[in-house]
Amino acid sequence: MIENVDMSLVDWSRAQFALTAIYHWFFVPLTLGLSFIVAFMETIYVKTGNEKWKKLTKFWMTLFGINFAIGIATGLILEFEFGTNWSNYSWFVGDIFGAPLAIEGILAFFLESTFIAVMFFGWNKVSKKFHLTSTWLVAIGANLSALWILVANAWMQNPVGMTFNPDTARNEMINFWAVLFNPVAVDKFLHTITSGFLLASVFVLGISSWYLLKGREEWLAKRSILIAGIFGLISSLAVAFTGDSSARTLAKVQPVKFAAFEALYEGKDNAGLIAFGILKDSDQKIGEKNIKNFVVKIEIPGLLSILSKGDKNGFVPGIRDLVSGSSDERQILSVAQKMEKGRYARDILNNYKEAKRINDKEQIEKIKNIFKDRNFIDNYFRYFGYSFLKTPEEAIPNVSVSFYTFHLMVMLGFFFILVCAISVFLLLKGTLLKNKWFLWVTIFSVPLAYIASESGWVLTEMGRQPWIIQDLMPVSAAVSQISAGSVIITFILFAVLFTALLFAEVSIMVRQIKTGPNHKEEVQ
Amino acid sequence: MNYIFQKFKSVFNFYYDGFRNMSLWGRKVWIIIIIKVIIIFAVLKIFFFPDFLRKNFKSDKQRSEYVLDQITCSTVIND
Repeated sequence: MIENVDMSLVDWSRAQFALTAIYHWFFVPLTLGLSFIVAFMETIYVKTGNEKWKKLTKFWMTLFGINFAIGIATGLILEFEFGTNWSNYSWFVGDIFGAPLAIEGILAFFLESTFIAVMFFGWNKVSKKFHLTSTWLVAIGANLSALWILVANAWMQNPVGMTFNPDTARNEMINFWAVLFNPVAVDKFLHTITSGFLLASVFVLGISSWYLLKGREEWLAKRSILIAGIFGLISSLAVAFTGDSSARTLAKVQPVKFAAFEALYEGKDNAGLIAFGILKDSDQKIGEKNIKNFVVKIEIPGLLSILSKGDKNGFVPGIRDLVSGSSDERQILSVAQKMEKGRYARDILNNYKEAKRINDKEQIEKIKNIFKDRNFIDNYFRYFGYSFLKTPEEAIPNVSVSFYTFHLMVMLGFFFILVCAISVFLLLKGTLLKNKWFLWVTIFSVPLAYIASESGWVLTEMGRQPWIIQDLMPVSAAVSQISAGSVIITFILFAVLFTALLFAEVSIMVRQIKTGPNHKEEVQ
Repeated sequence: MNYIFQKFKSVFNFYYDGFRNMSLWGRKVWIIIIIKVIIIFAVLKIFFFPDFLRKNFKSDKQRSEYVLDQITCSTVIND
């Protein structure tokens, strides 16, 4: 029983999943964005017939291929972990997770076995237009493939479109479109793919700048900077726009996570957005958890209210409001009240279990009908996860991690807008080569883009804690009852395997970049 | 029938030529893919990642009952 759950098992399982997901995400965003950059370049080649554009396309396609091939199947390990380490969760989510992942698997299979092959093997064997179509289909397919993973993740943030079947102990999808067009899914998809476009643009800018600093491949580097700079600038603005939309949605569906982003403990009207801040523990507490105070902060007055409510005077609830609740016109349910409702739902489920055990058919039917009642689902079962909490403050995520990852991601996002804009500006002005300092800035921006991208996911997942499915299931109830020792062993195995893969990727890429586009093997 | 055979042959030749004329980086990457897939499916999946519910229970009914037990008899500690 979960009463005996070993917290080291939960922590190791979490650590293992985090490790796998973080490594997996090293490979994905570059694939999402570089596929489009390659498609733009090949389109210019087909339009102009200029062989230099073909060489340029093939060079970036090579780097895309290395990243794609090494990253492929790393996501499968996450699915293994669901079945082994997170079996309660896997069962509980039912077909809601399975359906999008199956679509993703089929899409990925057809994409990888056909169009990728045409992309790499098809030069001079199929027509230019067919080759170009394949390149575009790979780009669109890779991003559509990501859609289904993100739909599944969005459901974990905001479970919609399902009903719980007490007989099977599973959630069952009743509205596919509600799951697909979940507001969190729409925001998450747009924000994630545009951030992938931006990361790839920064990657291309960085490598092209390195060529310029080395006095090599000037034609390639300048054309690449032009395309990546424009694409990156558009993408970075889109990232800011979709990030804003994402934050608005989160303020509605995950208000505690939203408050944790800003380390906002006390709700207020005209709430300011923290542009920069450093946190420290204070003596004040919510339950047993220390409140964080700011050692230093730069605040933009009213902006948080505008961002979340569209109104400068809008009230933004803080963590304390959301934990303690309020009985005024704001009608915020306290965590304690949610715990009561969750326990009531669990008692009903316990009654069902008992009715099944003694085969009380009348009671079984009665409780099945309760689970079909919208009032019970919306007002009690939706808080089922709270029944696992011992104290209200357990519903608070790690504020420091949420705050710092959010602010790091946002600051870097704005920095990349500048990097892309300055790149295009200096290139068009013809002074890019004279500004060597800026070329260095773009080179060092490449790892920063990865840090920003990873921060986004750390924020998404850590900000949702303690839930694996928002309000429905805490992480600690999702874990399989296996030995912590076996999880530790696989954690170490993964650390070794993924580090080796990352090392292989970086070393093959660096070698290919140093070789450049003029290597005889690459010119067919 | 002959048409289908010719089509199949041309697709086969397309992949065959592609793999045969692959560049150095392509060969390296394919070696990595093969090693990786072997490790993932032949080692990790078989020895370290059995499906917990499939391994321990014979039917979906038993699995449902187990999970129902798990989510109804719990007082989980969250950190």
